[in-house]
Amino acid sequence: MPDTLNPTAGHVKLGSNSGQPMSRRDGIAKVTGAATYAADNRPDGLLYAVYAGAGIARGRVTSLNVGAAKAHPGVVEVMTPENRPPLALDPDEKHHFFAWRIEALQNDTVRYAGQPIAVVIAETLEAATEGARLLAPTYDEEPARIGFDGGEAYDPPTVGIGGNPTFEKGDAEAAEARSAKVVETKIATPMQYHNAMEPHAIVAQWDGDKLTIDTPNQAIVMARGGFAAYFGIPPENVTLRSPFLGGGFGSKAILVGPQLLCILAAKLTGRPVKLTLRRDQMYGPVQHRGATRQTVTLGTDGDNRLTMIKHHSVATTSSFDEFIEGAANASQNTYATPVLKSSHGAVRQDTGTPGPMRAPGEATGSAALEVAMDRMAEKAGMDPLEFRLLNYAETDPASGKEYSSKNLRECYAEGAKRFGWAGRPLAPGMMKDEHGRLKGWGMGTAMFPAPMFQAQARAVLKADGTAVLETAGADMGQGAWTALAQIAADGVGLPADKVEFLSGTSDQPDGGVAGGSGHTATAGSALFAAGSDAVAKLAEIAMKDPDSPVFGADNAGVEAREGRLVRLDDESRSDSYADILARAGLSEIEGNGTGARNPADAEARAMFSHGAVFAEVLIDPDLYQIRVSRLVGAFAAGRIINPKLAASQLNGGMIWGVGFALHEEGIHDPRTGRPVNGDLAGYHVPVNADVPCVETLLIDEEDHFVNALGVKGVGEMGISGTVGAIANAVWHATGKRVTSFPIHISALL
Amino acid sequence: MNIFDYVRPASVDEAVTAGAQPGAAFLAGGTNLMDLMKIGVAQPGTVVDITRLPGLDGIDTLPDGGWRIGALVRNSDLARDPDFAAACPAVAEALLSGASAQLRNAATVGGNLMQRTRCSYFQDPISACNRREPGSGCSALGGVTESHAVLGWTDQCIATHPSDFCVPLVALGARVEIAGPDGSREIALEDFLALPDDEGPGGAQLGAGELITALILPEGSSAFAANARYVKLRERTSYAFALVSAAAMLRIEGDTIAEARIALGGVAARPWRVAAAEAALAGKAADAGAFAEAADLLVAGATASGDNAHKIELARRIAVRALTLAAVGTPARMPALPASVFANGADAHA
Amino acid sequence: MTLSISLTVNGERRDVPLEDPRATLLDVLRERIGLTGTKKGCDRGQCGACTVLVDGRRINSCLALAVSHDGAEVTTIEGLAQGDELHPVQAAFVECDGFQCGYCTPGQIMSAVGLIAEGGADDPEHIREGMSGNICRCAAYPGITAAVQDAQKRMAAEERKSA
Repeated sequence: MPDTLNPTAGHVKLGSNSGQPMSRRDGIAKVTGAATYAADNRPDGLLYAVYAGAGIARGRVTSLNVGAAKAHPGVVEVMTPENRPPLALDPDEKHHFFAWRIEALQNDTVRYAGQPIAVVIAETLEAATEGARLLAPTYDEEPARIGFDGGEAYDPPTVGIGGNPTFEKGDAEAAEARSAKVVETKIATPMQYHNAMEPHAIVAQWDGDKLTIDTPNQAIVMARGGFAAYFGIPPENVTLRSPFLGGGFGSKAILVGPQLLCILAAKLTGRPVKLTLRRDQMYGPVQHRGATRQTVTLGTDGDNRLTMIKHHSVATTSSFDEFIEGAANASQNTYATPVLKSSHGAVRQDTGTPGPMRAPGEATGSAALEVAMDRMAEKAGMDPLEFRLLNYAETDPASGKEYSSKNLRECYAEGAKRFGWAGRPLAPGMMKDEHGRLKGWGMGTAMFPAPMFQAQARAVLKADGTAVLETAGADMGQGAWTALAQIAADGVGLPADKVEFLSGTSDQPDGGVAGGSGHTATAGSALFAAGSDAVAKLAEIAMKDPDSPVFGADNAGVEAREGRLVRLDDESRSDSYADILARAGLSEIEGNGTGARNPADAEARAMFSHGAVFAEVLIDPDLYQIRVSRLVGAFAAGRIINPKLAASQLNGGMIWGVGFALHEEGIHDPRTGRPVNGDLAGYHVPVNADVPCVETLLIDEEDHFVNALGVKGVGEMGISGTVGAIANAVWHATGKRVTSFPIHISALL
Repeated sequence: MNIFDYVRPASVDEAVTAGAQPGAAFLAGGTNLMDLMKIGVAQPGTVVDITRLPGLDGIDTLPDGGWRIGALVRNSDLARDPDFAAACPAVAEALLSGASAQLRNAATVGGNLMQRTRCSYFQDPISACNRREPGSGCSALGGVTESHAVLGWTDQCIATHPSDFCVPLVALGARVEIAGPDGSREIALEDFLALPDDEGPGGAQLGAGELITALILPEGSSAFAANARYVKLRERTSYAFALVSAAAMLRIEGDTIAEARIALGGVAARPWRVAAAEAALAGKAADAGAFAEAADLLVAGATASGDNAHKIELARRIAVRALTLAAVGTPARMPALPASVFANGADAHA
Repeated sequence: MTLSISLTVNGERRDVPLEDPRATLLDVLRERIGLTGTKKGCDRGQCGACTVLVDGRRINSCLALAVSHDGAEVTTIEGLAQGDELHPVQAAFVECDGFQCGYCTPGQIMSAVGLIAEGGADDPEHIREGMSGNICRCAAYPGITAAVQDAQKRMAAEERKSA
């Protein structure tokens, strides 16, 4: 891959550090237990808060035995709607496009099971936990409304975060009537819970009207503003520290009620308070992926080219707020078709409000689309890969725009080669392993937008030849501590070990949101720009300094290499950063940068990452237990900053696809609305033995439009494509088409 | 978790005395009791810590060829005891298919027999549950019932027994040795784990103060060593409770089955053993026809307790599978994925 | 016997006063001794994040009543490295990218040390099964399996050398 991208001031370039498969810079901290997550903080005088969750899904709390809780040894205070300190904002209002309606003991109403209804604060965790149990609430209960037949159906005004619920290009009904073949596919997907290994946690301390909070957060500076607004204090009065997130997957991007409750408890008691959710409390107030019921209708002409894609999805949301899984929109950008229609409906139920969960919309929608494509390939008598290649989108089907880059063709080719796809029998039920197990191969196309948000960064070159770069980035496991540092080091033309990278607290420049798979692109661009700004200032000084070996190089230019500015017209002449600063009598020089997309490029091009996922399943011929014996994914996502970490992200995404396809299902009892499997024994996610063989191929892709770095994202794409690939492999093994996820043994029997 | 008194008796007699106090509970590995205490299902007034009682950690062969296994033997130690695993391979395989390595390192033999159901309504103190609170009803009826019983259930309780270990034990006719205020007694494990009836939910037959001291595998338990398997169907490859499971043990002489043992797990409030099914196998050739007949007898009378009728067919099939694998022979080495339908050849692609 | 307990944690004796007997070993390590490397993921033996070695065996510290383990030898993630020199399992996890967010990692590593000591890490399938009591939601399983295999080989080679 060429490394000649040369943004902004023109003295630095990517390549010395970026692109290297460096091990994680936070690795040693993480393998020695030194990495501190929010709940690891133990300030002096710490109290523990545990909230009681509602045992009903709808109604009112009629009594709480506060006396019993307070009488328990060690309990310091019980916070209920009656004594909860005031908030400056109404938690039932939406204050921001990225804010949810939340529960902060504003009244006695219960709108989902597990909703916080009181907080017990105690000297020990044990006392707080038991105190919360002793509250023994009573209720005025109304019938729970759970599932698609439970609550009110309506047309949502938006899907995802501000997305359009409907899209139409051409006349779908007319196209359907004209099509030579039409296949309608119905797919149901369940509620899914993020279940980051680190439960949501917060430690809050007040000092007058200054607030310090340790809490994992995917959008640190935005969150600081959100917390400040709730307490009527300026954002700069809030310090939010989130150096490590124990997984986020979307659930730690949005302010949630329990965080406010901890801050309120600290206010009420005048002492630092820690509140950590129990695992069972992760199935209520901290979002989930809504269930969907989808219908995908595909039409083809006599040559098996798509004539239309029609995708309708109905998703569940809560009774009091909405986040609609934008599943149908996933069909807009994948396959070439003259006619497209996507639309959404919604159903309210008595659960917590859903939120973005890794690949929101893309994961669910691609699952349905890829099964639909497989069925159409079957109907056409074509190999599924050949059918997809026949319908390859050279331009974005929805907008008609050119892609900023798209190397999906090579993903298909390389993935298929590595997997050994050639020679796959067309008909199902033809393959067995040496033990007589049914074997099936399936594939799917992975796709995810390559967005950019806004971020700022600062770079400081120091007299000792090192640099400090900072942005309030978030590392939830994707590798920000490492990948952003690699970009930062290139930005200042230094080896990574000469660069201190600071991130993860709210007093740094806004690193934007670690979400939408856009963090590396956005915060990375800001860091690179900040570094090159500092280097440009340094070059300006040096080139005007008659004592500098690069004096007068203005026209020819200089380039930053390993802490030196080198004259491009005479590489024997160079000057070190340290010398330049020393002669100028400066101890340091600062640069600033912003990461954001060029609006003209954003308007002109369609920007997506792509991939091809190939799955092999083995299925017991009598008992139908399924194992995904192989997954090969080939992905093209622009410039890869760290192939080692990118492969881990993509592997992890594909394994999320395994969980989606085979395991994950949040079940609420329709009679009570309470979770039936709200723990990690009941809510299955994949374990090590579920994934014997997963492999990621990174396909080269040069992109001159997404941003100056050429970076797209890899965090979420791995799920998309994989779910469908597994479902299609199950069909190929058994002849049975999947109509709902997860694929249960009972469905194959 | 409530505040409790904590006592650590020095002898079985002291433990029995302490355990006889109202509200007392014995603590061994803690993998189930601690969990139930955390979710408010168990609220003992006194925790009687028996982990240091002497003499309860032996794995001994008896003069008649049976085994006596101390109640405090850890699951992993029993499974890894080379003599025991060679003699009773299906028991070892069942043990190693249960829970996780960490839990097996803590959980004890006695505790496993006392393991409470994983029925989510039992585990949720707000729900009605006759097993947790006699007379309160059964919220599982009409609820989410994938993991529930298809055999031996009544409207009192439709829960299943979650143990893997107990399945081959019941098949082998294991007995439970119990110390109590009135001396010691022995009871067949199958009788110890009482099924629900029209009056109540059944459950472990242990009186106040009674303490499991040992598990006895009767004479002849080792006779099946060459043809013994445990097979467990799961919705996740590992670290999951059985949807259904089966332990099958055969004593094959020449071309015929001299003696057969088979029990099902995940289908009832105790491992399910049917004498007629075993009798039907005796004297037959170890073939598909015989296995199918036995499996039919094993699930005879099964009825869905909810949306779980598919488990009846799965139970029948897993019985056939376990018998088939047992007839093939006990593997020379414990499979990498014990009891899994993917136990062999899973790395074929690697 | 008093409620105050004494543990040897990472070779160091720790006397821990307890006001009542219900604290778990996990909460004692984290909230009272201040060794927060050991993590709480589920608190119910369903995830493995809290895995420590007690008297050399890997267990879930969340289900261990601390007072019942009075006098025990406990090894936590903080006790593995010798000064700046990482334990081979730690080094292999870094090298093989056996983690992402890092939250389950202390439990994974302690579990791997336990597995290797049990002799159960001799091929990938045994490692996968033996490590299945440690859930990684980031799903770093390919790296974890590679790391355990790597470390096992390295440790076996070391042992042969010193033998």
